[in-house]
Amino acid sequence: MVKEEKTNSKRAIITVLGADRVGIIAGVTTVLAKLGINILDISQTIMSNIFTMIMLVDLEKAIKPIHEIIDELESEGKKLNVQVRLQLEEIFKTMHRI
Amino acid sequence: MLIPSEIVETIKMIHEEHFDIRTITAGISLRDCCDSDGKKSREKIYNKITRVAENLVKTGEDIEKEYGVPIINKRISVTPISLVAEASDDENYTEYAITLDKAADRCGVNFIGGFSALVHKGYTKGDRILVDSIPEALAATDKVCSSVNLATTRAGINMDAVRHMGLVIKQTAEKSASKNAVGCAKLVVFANVPEDNPFMAGAFHGTGEGESAINIGISGPGVVQNVIRRVGPYADFGIVSEEIKKAAFKITRVGELVAREASRRLKIPFGIVDLSLAPTPVRGDSVAHIIEEMGLEVCGTHGTTAALALLNDAVKKGGSMASSYIGGLSGSFIPVSEDVGMIEAVKSGHLTIEKLEAMTCICSVGLDMIAIPGDTPYETISAIIADEAAIGIINNKTTAVRIIPAPGKKEGDIVDFGGLLGRAPVMKVNNASSASFIHRGGRIPSPLNALKN
Repeated sequence: MVKEEKTNSKRAIITVLGADRVGIIAGVTTVLAKLGINILDISQTIMSNIFTMIMLVDLEKAIKPIHEIIDELESEGKKLNVQVRLQLEEIFKTMHRI
Repeated sequence: MLIPSEIVETIKMIHEEHFDIRTITAGISLRDCCDSDGKKSREKIYNKITRVAENLVKTGEDIEKEYGVPIINKRISVTPISLVAEASDDENYTEYAITLDKAADRCGVNFIGGFSALVHKGYTKGDRILVDSIPEALAATDKVCSSVNLATTRAGINMDAVRHMGLVIKQTAEKSASKNAVGCAKLVVFANVPEDNPFMAGAFHGTGEGESAINIGISGPGVVQNVIRRVGPYADFGIVSEEIKKAAFKITRVGELVAREASRRLKIPFGIVDLSLAPTPVRGDSVAHIIEEMGLEVCGTHGTTAALALLNDAVKKGGSMASSYIGGLSGSFIPVSEDVGMIEAVKSGHLTIEKLEAMTCICSVGLDMIAIPGDTPYETISAIIADEAAIGIINNKTTAVRIIPAPGKKEGDIVDFGGLLGRAPVMKVNNASSASFIHRGGRIPSPLNALKN
C-alpha cells in the first residue's frame, strides 16, 4: 500500500539556481499560479554566492501534464537567466530518507 | 521534510559529478520462439521483442524527465540465441543476429545482448553453429552483442572453447578491420557468467529467469571520487570506506527507485540492480581517478589492488542495503577504453595487462576493452582467456575478457571506437608462445572448491 502511495506521488521539488537578481521568485511563482500548482513550502538562501531557491509543490490540481510543466519552467528559467528544475519529490526522499 | 542541503547534494551529484543510471535493460525470454523453420522462428523473435519492449525507450525517457536523473542507455537482453535457434535446421545463425538488430532498431535501443552460448562443459549443435557465426554476425549488425560462457566453478574450464574463442576473436577483428575491429567490443567471453547482467556486451536473459525482467545498472564514479576528495588526504581507511558506503547507498537507492518505477510502468517484473560503478570516457567519471584520489600517483602502481578491493567492498556494503534485489555483475568495471584515467595510466606505462589481471582477482569483472597488437597469435588470446577463467573458477567469481586484437596496430597506437566505447591504447602482451598449452584441448577439471555438498 505504501509503495502505491509513493509511486503516485504528485509532489515535486523545484530548484532555482543562479545569480541573484530582482524578480526571480515573482517570475517562477507566476508560472506556477498559471499552471494551477500549489506551493507547499519555500526556502531561499545564498549558497556559495549562488541564489538557491527550493520549493515543494503539489501537482495534484495542475492543469497540464508534468512534462509540459517542466518545459515551461525551463523556458521561464532561460528568461530569468537561472536554472529552474522540477523533479518528483520521490528521488530526493529515496536518496536521503530510509 | 527534506532540507535544502540534501536537495542541492542530489542536484550536484547529477549535474557536476556525472551520476546517472547507466542502463535500463529489459530481459526478454525467447524460449517460446523456437521453430524448426528458422524463418518462422525469427518472425516470432522479432514480434515478441518489439511487443514486450515497445514502450521501453519512451518509459525510460519519461522517468528521466520526471525525476531529473539521466538514464543513458535503454537496452534489451534475450535468451541465448543458441538455445532458440537450435531447433531450426539453419547452419549459420547470422540471420538471427540481423533479426535482433532490426528489433533493436524498431524499439530504439542502442544495444541488444544475447547472441550467446553457454558452453562451459561442452557444445551442443546449436552452440557450435552460434559460436562459428559470431564473426559474420557481428560484422553484419550494429547493435547486437555476443557473449560466450566457457567456464564455471562447478564445471571447470572448457579448454576447447577457450581455443575456439581465441580464433573467433581474431576472425571478428578481421571482419570488422575497417571499423577498428569494433566487432570485438561487442563480444565478451565469461567464466561464471551471471544470468541477469544489465551491462553490455555480456547481457543475456538467462534460462532461470522469468518471461521478462527489468534490470538496472548504475553509474557514479564521479560521486565516489568527490566524497573521497572531501574527506581529504589525511582521513584513514575506515573513514574512506564509510564515506564510499554512504555514497553507494544514495546512488543505489535511485537505481532501485528507477527500477521499480520502470517495472510498474512497463508491467515487467523488477529483476535486479547491478551495483557496479560503471565509468564513461568523460572526465570526472573514472574508476582510475577514484583509486588515484585515495593517494596513488597513477592507477596501476603498487597499492592499486588494495585500493580497488576497498572501493569495491565499500560499494557493495552500501549498495546492498539500498536495494532489495542485487544481482548482475556487481563488481568494479575497468574497461580501459571507457575510462579516461585508465587510458592515461596505460599511456604513461604505469598500467599493464598483468596488473589488470591482478585486479580481476579481487573484484574487477575482467580484462575489459583492452586493445592488443593485431598480430597477436590467437593462442595467446586463448591463453589470456584461460588465465582469466582460472581466476574466476578458483575464486568463485565472474571474470570476463573483452579484448581487441586491432588489425594493423602495434603497441602504443590508439584505437578509437567513438562514443561510449571510447578509445584504447594498444597494450603490450607477453610474446612467449602459449600455443602448445592451448592445443592440448579438453577440459580443466572443476576445482576442489566446487565440491561443496
